[in-house]
Amino acid sequence: MSEGKAQNPYRLLIFEPGRKYESPLILNPRKLAEEKQSMLLPGHRLCAGCAAPVVVKLLSFAIRGPTIVVNATGCLEVATTIFPYTSWAVPWLHVAFENAASAASGVEAAIKALKKSGRLPYDHVDVVAIGGDGGTFDIGFQALSGMAERGHDIMYVLYDNEAYMNTGIQRSGGTPPFAWTTTSPVGKVIPGKTQQKKPIADIMVAHRIPYVATASPAFWADAVQKFRKGLEVNGPSFIHVISSCNRGWRFDTSLSIEVTRRAVDTCYFPLWEYVLGKGYFLTARSLQIARKPELKQPIEKFLEVQGRFRHLLKPENRELVKKLQEYVDAVWEDLLERAVNAPR
Amino acid sequence: MSGGKVPKIPLEKQVRMAVNGDEAVAYAAKHSLVDVVAAYPITPQTIIVEKFSEFVADGEVHTEFVPVESEHSAMSAVVGAAAAGARAFTATASQGLALMWEILYIASSLRLPIVLAVANRALSAPINIHCDHSDAMGMRDASWVQLFVENTQEAYDTTIQAFKIAEDPEVLLPVAVNLDGFVLSHTLEDIYMLPEEEVHKFLGGYRKVTGKTYVDYLGKEVEVKLDPANPLSFGPLDLYDYYFEHKVPQIKALEKAKEVVKRVNEEWYELTGRRYGDGVIDAWGVEDADIIVTVLGSTAGTVRHVARQLRKEGVKVGVLRIRLYRPFPFEEVANAIKGAKVVGVMDRALSFGSFGPSYLDISAALYGLKERPLLVNYVYGLGGRDVPPSLVRRMFEELIKVKEEGEVKEPLKLLGVRE
Ligand SMILES: Cc1ncc(C[n+]2csc(CCOP(=O)(O)OP(=O)(O)O)c2C)c(N)n1
Ligand code: SF4
Ligand SMILES: [Mg+2]
Repeated sequence: MSEGKAQNPYRLLIFEPGRKYESPLILNPRKLAEEKQSMLLPGHRLCAGCAAPVVVKLLSFAIRGPTIVVNATGCLEVATTIFPYTSWAVPWLHVAFENAASAASGVEAAIKALKKSGRLPYDHVDVVAIGGDGGTFDIGFQALSGMAERGHDIMYVLYDNEAYMNTGIQRSGGTPPFAWTTTSPVGKVIPGKTQQKKPIADIMVAHRIPYVATASPAFWADAVQKFRKGLEVNGPSFIHVISSCNRGWRFDTSLSIEVTRRAVDTCYFPLWEYVLGKGYFLTARSLQIARKPELKQPIEKFLEVQGRFRHLLKPENRELVKKLQEYVDAVWEDLLERAVNAPR
Repeated sequence: MSGGKVPKIPLEKQVRMAVNGDEAVAYAAKHSLVDVVAAYPITPQTIIVEKFSEFVADGEVHTEFVPVESEHSAMSAVVGAAAAGARAFTATASQGLALMWEILYIASSLRLPIVLAVANRALSAPINIHCDHSDAMGMRDASWVQLFVENTQEAYDTTIQAFKIAEDPEVLLPVAVNLDGFVLSHTLEDIYMLPEEEVHKFLGGYRKVTGKTYVDYLGKEVEVKLDPANPLSFGPLDLYDYYFEHKVPQIKALEKAKEVVKRVNEEWYELTGRRYGDGVIDAWGVEDADIIVTVLGSTAGTVRHVARQLRKEGVKVGVLRIRLYRPFPFEEVANAIKGAKVVGVMDRALSFGSFGPSYLDISAALYGLKERPLLVNYVYGLGGRDVPPSLVRRMFEELIKVKEEGEVKEPLKLLGVRE
């Protein structure tokens, strides 16, 4: 970031009090690399090939100026702040697992009160809450719903690696059907998780907040633009990002981004945004698929590179794959019906 | 309240108003220039949030009121607010405090000067809305400063003092102000409040972040808050190589809080003419007493009333109200009661499987002495069971018997329970 570019060896993002910050969105990769930097500095201990720091990097490209991050307990939090080190180049708060949204609500309220009483040395400070799927679909859902209902000006970023990874790959409300996890093991009679994935982004749409979007690191420019929109709206926004985890999904670390591409190409994880008052819009690859359905890949393309679905590729489980395909298709068809820009 | 010195703000310049304990707390928070209030309704605390919402609705405060969806979120939100440099306040009771429990430890360990009012209420099950101290005792190990008030006036005074104590650079810990549910929270009393500007002056205006730390990667000393000019990470992972050491300054700060509570009590006295004992204990007639009863909260009034009658009858009794429960004032308590022959320790809570919580503290306070008074623990008033003077008198009579017999046959007694 040109203005916030730190003049220090640690490359912190330092925002001088009293200065006005304008940070135009850059989507040219070379210019981006020159002008912007991640709010997450090297040296963290997330696994090699983890998509979570990529998500944060894309988020960093979108920030407008002074920004405070509130992080739920989980892989991202644990592996980036092992005392006495921190990888965070912006002010960062971790309180607990289930309360990123409520702790962020407090931060946002504090900023408002400081501003009202003339004690905020900035024009504006953005507040971003980041949580994993466990901290968002499950234990932190109430706090998230409360944050949305109260209308705090917070962008909530969900990095969804589809299980409780930090505690060792346990199922969550974000785990897809038939996925292996350590608490939905593939046994002799039960083939992995037997329940659905909670439609969390749609649930956030139902809160009638100004902006909701899905994103994938593989479609990075789409993601950056969505992060920016989420920051720009007044009030809550929610960005659901698919975040591959090679430990939990069981794939080669070189495939981290490829897996999140296949998630979109198979319509397992369609890319869309919802603007209050305007409706759902398909974006990027998903819009292309809607226009040209033959681009849509079969779900096997997503499954075949991941060990957590290995059992599904056995001949005796063909029926399960069919079921999963039907499930994906149903969700996709439903989205096509709702999307304002889907061809009719 | 003791006579003598003329306070800086004489009573005629103070604002007399009839309020209940909850309203007194709400006014105190308003007068304290609170930036963020995040709270959730629960009887008997609800009036505090309701009253404060009125101040917000009428535009009388600059405060951001966050009507959270649970007490867990209330505590989380005030943690976030305080980390961002705001003066933050919340209030709760009973189940609400229990729901906050996880975050209480985080609030104190992040060294955030939050103030929490607790309108003490029994814990479920069975569900019960009335007063006892079980809720507060559940947080006694959470590294919070815990004050118990005796009346509505003290609820107002102590809530303001709490901000000063919490924000003291040597303390920087959250403070809980406990007022007995219904007995104080819902009972109208005529109290004296200060003109608002005087409270502002007493607190030095808006909250100033006083905590400073030297940060290697910034190469300088900075204020401990979420600040885009000085990016700090709050709440990192801290394992066996540092965690233990990080507890040391926290332990010391909590110890230090005792002196600060005393000092603030004196400052308040100079300003208003009101003080509560030495700030940590409030002793009555203990100097020559044979029998002393220790107590927390509003029951102290009833106990003193009975003690006065007994004194008239020639029985040398004294009363020690413990105002500061955490950090426990071991020395002060020991000095106040060590001359007695028998001490009755009243607890409005029970550590199931053990004794009342303050009995354990008082036992520890006395253990180092060569000669110790006999100790009897009276667990009383659970679930709001009334504590009339007749019951207190019965307790004193038992203590007189213990003194005569020179031994304690039953160290734990349930006072006022039907057989
Ligand atoms: C109240 C509470 N329950 C359980 C835990 C243990 N815990 C820590 S992180 C975690 C899983 C986090 O999962 P998720 O939110 O999906 O993030 P991930 O680690 O997968 O990135 C769990 C269960 C906790 N810290 N707090
Ligand atoms: S376990 Fe998964 S989510 Fe956690 S750091 Fe490793 S790759 Fe990332
Ligand atoms: Mg996860």
